[in-house]
Amino acid sequence: MNKIPNRQAICEVLMERAKEDKDIVVLCSDSRGSASMTPFAERFPEQFVEVGIAEQNLVSISAGLAKCKKKPFAASPACFLSTRSYEQAKVDCAYSNTNVTLIGISGGISYGALGMSHHSAQDIAAMSAIPNMRVYLPSDRFQTAKLIEALLQDEKPSYIRVGRNAVEDIYTEDNCPFEMDRATVVCEGNDAAIIACGEMVKPAVDAAKLLEKEGISVSVVDMYCVKPLDKKTIIQAAEHAKLVVTAEEHAPFGGLGSMVSQVVAQECPKKVVNLALPDAPVITGNSREVFDHYGLNAEGIAKTIKENL
Amino acid sequence: MTAGGKEGKMENLKALSYDLRKNVVDMIMEGKGGHIGGDMSVMDILVELYFEQMNISPEQMEDPDRDRFVMSKGHSVEALYAVLAAKGFFPIEQVIREFSKFGSKFIGHPNNKLPGIEMNSGSLGHGLPVCVGMALAGKMDKKAYRVYTVMGDGELAEGSVWEGVMAAHQYKLDNLCAVVDRNRLQISGNTEDVMSHDSQEERWSSFGWHVISIDGNNYQELKAAFEEAKTVKGSPTVIIANTVKGFGSPLMENKANWHHKVPNAEEYTQIMKDLETGKEAALHE
Repeated sequence: MNKIPNRQAICEVLMERAKEDKDIVVLCSDSRGSASMTPFAERFPEQFVEVGIAEQNLVSISAGLAKCKKKPFAASPACFLSTRSYEQAKVDCAYSNTNVTLIGISGGISYGALGMSHHSAQDIAAMSAIPNMRVYLPSDRFQTAKLIEALLQDEKPSYIRVGRNAVEDIYTEDNCPFEMDRATVVCEGNDAAIIACGEMVKPAVDAAKLLEKEGISVSVVDMYCVKPLDKKTIIQAAEHAKLVVTAEEHAPFGGLGSMVSQVVAQECPKKVVNLALPDAPVITGNSREVFDHYGLNAEGIAKTIKENL
Repeated sequence: MTAGGKEGKMENLKALSYDLRKNVVDMIMEGKGGHIGGDMSVMDILVELYFEQMNISPEQMEDPDRDRFVMSKGHSVEALYAVLAAKGFFPIEQVIREFSKFGSKFIGHPNNKLPGIEMNSGSLGHGLPVCVGMALAGKMDKKAYRVYTVMGDGELAEGSVWEGVMAAHQYKLDNLCAVVDRNRLQISGNTEDVMSHDSQEERWSSFGWHVISIDGNNYQELKAAFEEAKTVKGSPTVIIANTVKGFGSPLMENKANWHHKVPNAEEYTQIMKDLETGKEAALHE
């Protein structure tokens, strides 16, 4: 079982690149520990900015740095980053078109029993609705690393959400197919297609394996690029399937499920079932317990497919 | 005599400011909207910054050593357009003709698709924190450029301003100078009735800033304040620029309802006449 959370994978890439690239700047809002950025702060103190518990300031300062050719990565809990500083993300990053990478850490319901104040089940909807803001939910540490490498190559704003806990590997160091803004088809199948993002990709893959044993052939699409959404891959997956199931750690509105449904309805109408968190504060528990409770696991996804085929 | 020439600089800037205020009035008449009161109060601050203090021109916008400016009180964009046009960024005739019209680039708040504008603004309380980032970048790169922002006094009720104030002090950003256009009026009336802002000097000082309080419609005082700010080491500077909202025409001066009023034909004539009188007086001071 992998012990490296995606947030640590981000830090490792940035530390490697910061050796040569002195324009990389990491900013935290009293969040360096939970962002796994302490090693970066210690190794590159001149390229690290602490703003204190002030998420609005975090994002605006990042935008100002970016405007002066720096490459800021602002890491803060996704719950605060995506809502407390929403307007700064909208105006200072997206509208002003600054090269800011917002890293929402401990995203979704990672903080578990800390409650709804600490959950970010609306960030996909919120950030995706901003023109010129890109939204990424990488699935494992290898894909996360590739995404950060890709983001270092361009100068546009983006929001990344990663979870708090280490997640099981989907790819390997040597086999992690990655094309910027193109979803990864993890496995092919003809009966149903599962389109998932972030921490839901692994249970989607496991669901496909469970169903394979029962003779049901399922494709899995890792839609790490929620915006810009890879419509082409969605259409291809839907065209080859009788049913499309989406799975996401997000509220049932405005997230991956809504977006996929929109594309499928318009381009190749098929039945789409959205699996997501409820429109309510989630039950108390750790991530695993909460996911199991709402059927956001391999068994739940497989069951949904069987019921709807 | 042409205002804004190189000779007799200080007086000409004052005269220039009246011409630019006339441009603002024409923009607002054509666009049928705009924030005329704050445009008039902030004009002298902008003219001093762009014509005396900052190394910003159309030729320098890609220069990494240029000074940086963010118009935090973005609603006074008409004043900024007039100044940028006078600096040669775009023709003033185009701004007046197109301001706020369908499909126009000259919208009611600063937009960095236009030459000369670094950051989009409009939502208050963003400019200072953004400037903290710009000033930090300057420190990291050991650049000599300075970073300026102009805020409204009503804007100071935004909590994000004070997040930036704290950070600027923490990082000893002596390359950062904030200006507060203290015209004492906001859309709902007197700032002190809406949300008290008195004791600005003590407030900023207690956050570790160097504070200079001046008459913000006086060029001698503006120049002296900006020069003083350049000499301060280890602290950011705020200039509390006490100004007159609607400056230049008694019809508008210190009247809250002129925050974003569009003059009627009669008022237009009177305002333009008052501004011309002000210009003539400035030329003969």
